[in-house]
Amino acid sequence: MNKTKTLKFDTNWSYSPAPESIDYIELKDRYGLFIDGNFTSSKGGNYFDTINPANEEKLSEVSEANEKDVDKAVQAARQAYEKVWSKMKPSERGKYIFRIARIIQEQAREFAVIESLDGGKPIRESRDIDIPLAAAHFFYYAGWADKLDYAFPGRSTKSLGVAGQIIPWNFPLLMAAWKIAPALAAGNTVVLKPAETTPLTALKLAEVIREADVPPGVVNIITGGGETGKMLVKHPDVNKVAFTGSTEVGKFIMKTLAGSGKRYTLELGGKAANIIFEDAAINQAVEGIVDAIFFNQGHVCCAGSRLYVQESVAKEVISKLKDRMNTLVIGDPLDKNTDIGAINSRMQLEKICKYVDIGKKEGGSIYQPSCTLPEKGFWYVPTLFADVSQSHRIVQEEIFGPVLAIQTFRTVDEVISKANNTPYGLSGGVWTDKGSKLFKVTKEIRAGVIWANTFNKFDPGSPFGGYKESGIGREGGVEGLHSYVELV
Amino acid sequence: MSKRLGIRKTYKLYINGKFPRTESGRYYKWTDEKKTAIMNMCRGSRKDFRNAVVAARKAFEGWSSRTAYNRGQILYRIGEMLEGHRDQFIGELILQGLTKRAAEKEITQTIDRFIYYAGWADKYQQVFSRVNPVSMPYFNFTVPEATGVVAVCAPEESSLLGFVSVLVPVIAGGNTCVILASQSRPLCSISCAEILHSSDVPAGVVNILTGLRTELLEHFSSHMDVNSMIYCGENLQEIKMVEENAALNVKRAVIYKNEAWSKKTSQGPYYILETQEMKTTWHPVGV
Amino acid sequence: MNYHPQIHPIDQVGVGERASRLFSRSIKKESKIRALKLALSMIDLTTLEGKDSLGKVRQLCYKASHLHDQFSNLPQVAAVCMYPNMVEVAKKALKSSSIKIAAVATAFPSGMATLEAKLNEVKSVVDAGVDEVDMVMSRGRFLQGDYSYVFDEVAKVKNTCGKAHLKVILETGELITLDNVRKASDLAMEAGADFIKTSTGKVKPAATPSVVLVMLEAIRDFYKRTGKIVGMKPAGGISTAKLAIQYLVMVRETLGQEWLTPDRFRFGASSLANDILMQIVKQSTGIYQSINYFSID
Repeated sequence: MNKTKTLKFDTNWSYSPAPESIDYIELKDRYGLFIDGNFTSSKGGNYFDTINPANEEKLSEVSEANEKDVDKAVQAARQAYEKVWSKMKPSERGKYIFRIARIIQEQAREFAVIESLDGGKPIRESRDIDIPLAAAHFFYYAGWADKLDYAFPGRSTKSLGVAGQIIPWNFPLLMAAWKIAPALAAGNTVVLKPAETTPLTALKLAEVIREADVPPGVVNIITGGGETGKMLVKHPDVNKVAFTGSTEVGKFIMKTLAGSGKRYTLELGGKAANIIFEDAAINQAVEGIVDAIFFNQGHVCCAGSRLYVQESVAKEVISKLKDRMNTLVIGDPLDKNTDIGAINSRMQLEKICKYVDIGKKEGGSIYQPSCTLPEKGFWYVPTLFADVSQSHRIVQEEIFGPVLAIQTFRTVDEVISKANNTPYGLSGGVWTDKGSKLFKVTKEIRAGVIWANTFNKFDPGSPFGGYKESGIGREGGVEGLHSYVELV
Repeated sequence: MSKRLGIRKTYKLYINGKFPRTESGRYYKWTDEKKTAIMNMCRGSRKDFRNAVVAARKAFEGWSSRTAYNRGQILYRIGEMLEGHRDQFIGELILQGLTKRAAEKEITQTIDRFIYYAGWADKYQQVFSRVNPVSMPYFNFTVPEATGVVAVCAPEESSLLGFVSVLVPVIAGGNTCVILASQSRPLCSISCAEILHSSDVPAGVVNILTGLRTELLEHFSSHMDVNSMIYCGENLQEIKMVEENAALNVKRAVIYKNEAWSKKTSQGPYYILETQEMKTTWHPVGV
Repeated sequence: MNYHPQIHPIDQVGVGERASRLFSRSIKKESKIRALKLALSMIDLTTLEGKDSLGKVRQLCYKASHLHDQFSNLPQVAAVCMYPNMVEVAKKALKSSSIKIAAVATAFPSGMATLEAKLNEVKSVVDAGVDEVDMVMSRGRFLQGDYSYVFDEVAKVKNTCGKAHLKVILETGELITLDNVRKASDLAMEAGADFIKTSTGKVKPAATPSVVLVMLEAIRDFYKRTGKIVGMKPAGGISTAKLAIQYLVMVRETLGQEWLTPDRFRFGASSLANDILMQIVKQSTGIYQSINYFSID
């Protein structure tokens, strides 16, 4: 073998800026709460800023819902449930949801731009993944509204009532769609609280819901922080709580709801194993590793943050991965060529920095491609740690950033036991060209979503959700409906 | 005319395919209404529970990877064995306060319930699995898998039919379990262990404890290696505690409140689904 | 010699996704002008028709050295490419130019001839003074698993080429699977190819994004393993500037800067040059162009 030949990606042909235009985007200076079909100001009168994490500039300010606002929203949802939505012909209910899907498609580019402005994710992802999937989700569940009798053999369904829904900042509109669409299709009404740092597309969705003539109160969207979320969870007139976010908060919600008789579904954290066998299609596997951990800056609960490479190909895989990391374009989320956008918030950036420090102190071999980051805003370079083990904290704990921990393995049994050696069980990846091995490994990984020879694929018809501490219940597909009905 | 002195039965625990006494050495007195029989029931301890969870965890891989057909046959076998022990269970049920007629009805229903779920063992997967039509060149399918180790607090009132109705869907679905028998009517629950033991149920798949609910419930619901907790009962404080403790490791808490286990509606594949996880797998379709 | 191909599994869906992601890069302004000029300099201006005549080849050669004289600072194309019997007239026409002359050989496009006939043909074009030889791989032999035969054939042609560069046409449209494309790429490189090339242009599909990506990755892996540099030439159906730029993006992000030169990357094309010229003029004037203002030789 010759010495390793290096490729030079620091090229003299660099891509000129190709920003998505934003001149047609109209953001209001201030947003109220969407309750009972209208935007109203908070009873408490408090507002908080939402900023662009790529430049730390204020985009707008939104209301902070207090206890009275939450109560008002839940009451509006209750009224709408009792008087309108639960009584409506299911086929009519479906038509409203179809309308929402269509309007999102029509305004897709605007949604994408706002998503990238408010959350920092690359426009390529918001344009090609988040927004189309959000529309598809509404479209998928719209069709279920009048077909619920076919979903659960031998049983019929009953709606639950008012659903209180709390969503995270990593896929703001998409998570809103995951929550609202099945709830409405099953005949429930909702109060949704978007994340504190990314409220804008949810508020734009509120405008869409109004444009679709959805009856007032069927969907209520209230903004605020953790306290607002807590009030929603605790509200006695909420029948069902749906939460996506950290395991820590998920456990808090479980405790809070204990004994209340309220139903709940939780999509929580993850620390997915992505396993590369020596007989895999290595070049595609390398691409899969990139999709697994650097998609959405690694702000993905199902991110493949633990990479296991069979020892015989480890050198090749890691060398190719480093080459590939050198071609990632990091910067302005609105640039169409950006692969890695801004970290969502200062808080998240600090968390990532903390874990990378821990990784260094623990003695992992760190690699980061050389690149210049913008001066303002929150950024983090794609990072990998080699030479780590199960005992390293960066292998055990969810970082929620573009940081990959790499271990090598020797046998199938070894890697399966290491993959399962975690309190989480949301997702996993397996790369091999051998069918029988693939079925064995995908069966034995204890996780709710397994990507075999691919990673981070999503579809409204495909159930998503975790084993163990990664959550309870599924979203997407028929399973997603199950979370919003009582079987009778 | 000399009357033969009867042989009393020592009721023990059932852990890992063995019948140990409780490690605590403690017992609680059980007696029937007429005080004709007095038993020293094992007062199972948290350490007994711990040992049972270890056994259940160890048995999980083997049991969950058995073929569904095999699990179905074993459940059917239990039904067969039970059929041969009708009189024993009728006797115990009568001791526990049932009329002869009611006891006969209960054992019949119990046997039938095993047979019913024996038939489900290789079918619920077909009812609940799906191939999902995703908008990409991928084959995408969802199948149910066993949740893992399930801790069960069996119904206090219905100590045979209720006990079995909660237990069978758990093991039919490939889980292993630790089940706490009714404290006030423990006899036929623990006798079930003898039936399971002689029906090819592998060691550790079902572990049965007797003891005090108030003492054990906390440990059942808090153990970090238990994936799901089924609670049967109406005590709101207990329910709250179970659900609170479930948060420790995001256990799936299943509450059966006011279930009428003798009704036909109290059986079905949806009971199996309660301790299943849905797994979705993606794979590209290409050449 | 006995040649046993190494197996490098390829996942078709994964390759397609990567290729379309590369193709979705948005190349604007300065970077676009650079790319257009670079692409122009990488063209093997090609005519490979049964109806080719001496006059047609002379016209092609003139075009090659006078792309669009109304516009200054244009690079010239890399080479002209033609049938063996046209080499002499091309030599004359390009006497005072640095544009390279390439000839197809080895019973182009089918490759259905004896090894002896093929080597004679190669020898004749080399003797006639070509700079580059574009040979066709024997697909039938490849598909029947006769890898050693195919390997020897390429090696012997390479040997016969002398100083002339050898491009091996895989004719990927007949290999069908990406696994075969990878296997054929490895074989050709091991046997001594200076360039690997997708297609003759006579079989559809010709160059596709997935095929080109797999070949570029094969070149990269070969380089990493042996240190030897092999060039790449997609050919057939590349007729727009946009597509050419997309391929340059693919090269840049797969092989890096050092392959972004006509020595290592070529486009086999006939009508691509004019589309690039129109784009270059449009970029500098801001006005969309018409083919009527560009010569179509």
